[in-house]
Amino acid sequence: MAGGEASGGEAGLTLLGLWASPFVIRARVALNLKGIAYSNVEEDLSIKSELLLKSNPVHKKVPVLIHNGKPICESRIIVEYVDEAFGAAGPSLLPADPYDRAVARFWAAYVDDKLFSTWRPVYGGRTSEERVDAATQAAAVLETFERAFEECSKGKPFFGGDAVGLVDVVLGSFLGWLRASEAMCGVKIVDAARTPLLAAWAERFCALDGVKEVIPDVQRLVEYNKMRRNYLGLPSLPPPEQHP
Amino acid sequence: MVPASASLHCHDTRSLTGTEAKMAEQVKLIGSSNSPFVHRAAVALRLKGVPYEFIREDMSNKSELLLKHNPVHKKVPVLLHGDRAVCESLVIVEYVDEAFDGGPPLLPADPYDRATARFWAHFLEEKCLKSLWPALWTEGEVQEAAMKEARENLALVEEQLREKRFFGGDSIGLADIAGAGLLGHWVGVLEEVAGVRVLSDKEHPALRRWAAEYLANEAVKECLPDRDQLLSHFSAIRDKCVSVAKSMLPK
Repeated sequence: MAGGEASGGEAGLTLLGLWASPFVIRARVALNLKGIAYSNVEEDLSIKSELLLKSNPVHKKVPVLIHNGKPICESRIIVEYVDEAFGAAGPSLLPADPYDRAVARFWAAYVDDKLFSTWRPVYGGRTSEERVDAATQAAAVLETFERAFEECSKGKPFFGGDAVGLVDVVLGSFLGWLRASEAMCGVKIVDAARTPLLAAWAERFCALDGVKEVIPDVQRLVEYNKMRRNYLGLPSLPPPEQHP
Repeated sequence: MVPASASLHCHDTRSLTGTEAKMAEQVKLIGSSNSPFVHRAAVALRLKGVPYEFIREDMSNKSELLLKHNPVHKKVPVLLHGDRAVCESLVIVEYVDEAFDGGPPLLPADPYDRATARFWAHFLEEKCLKSLWPALWTEGEVQEAAMKEARENLALVEEQLREKRFFGGDSIGLADIAGAGLLGHWVGVLEEVAGVRVLSDKEHPALRRWAAEYLANEAVKECLPDRDQLLSHFSAIRDKCVSVAKSMLPK
């Protein structure tokens, strides 16, 4: 590797990322839960490093996991890679049974295809209405995940059962931003009154060693969003007044 | 029900092995033969030598069976294996690869190679398809922008295919199943209906070669819809293609 980059722990692992990105958090959670050492590199997305551009020429995005010089891109792919390449380390993130794996992959894809895409305007919407609409719709999508949790967990603490699985990592890494949404636009997304199982799961997941260290505080995320909105030329929109 | 093409040696005192038991469970594929996504699932089943019953779905009048087994998306394909329903075409392909032992593996064994296969399957699905659709069906400046993006994405695929026979190496794999039918067979029809050209022999020789090899495969041929049928189908739903394209544009 070019001079300057860390050798990345015993396993030769470097993660190019950003503390605020829910996609990067997925990779960190997977590595942390498996107890795998890695060198964490914070990228400045306004001035992308040579290493990032070289390692992810197609998308030029984070996260990128570099393992012994070879890059792996796309957060869900990184999580499955970590699970497969370090199979002996810690419990599996994917179950053994092909059908259970298919169910896990289905819901993991749904987080990005439906929940994240619905939620995005909370972050970058031009008007308060757009943000509120997006958050309201995202809360509705969570009701689908409430049912998914019931099916997947079968009474156990996680989507993955007794231990954290793919869906826990993929959805759970998003919890910082989901919680921050109320401060951003006044709409509560993770609501114990509407999705009690998910609300309990969220507390449980965020308290785990390996997870709690990487889920950012709501306040920090709200500030980050304000800073990014300003940078992108988006109007700063304070949340509506909370009624007592 | 025991599929005719599976040879099962059943002794009185010996029960079926796991694989034989799985093979004996009925496999059904709910779909429409016009769908490139259903084609992916069908190809995977045929490459793995899994016999299945095709249940033709009328997408304008969705059946109880479909709505029951895919309540989240209400889309095809849906794979039914015994009492298990698997949805989303690429999830189905990985499932078929993992649940059935016959035929060559659709994903490689090495974790890094698997990540690479998934990357390109995802790229073909997310970037290529999603930029192609607006490039075909919108107009004016919007179309120009979409076309530029589509061509950039296709150039990346072209570059990859100069180095390899299939994304899967010597045999068809996940990424090939994700994109070759779409780019090799469906796109030609869509170009004709839309009156727009996206692919060319001159700019995409490797892509053309790859698609041709894919389409020459026996398992692929068995589940490829007739070109005229596709032409007629997409001509009839042209307006719907246009409205879907518009809904895909960034707001």
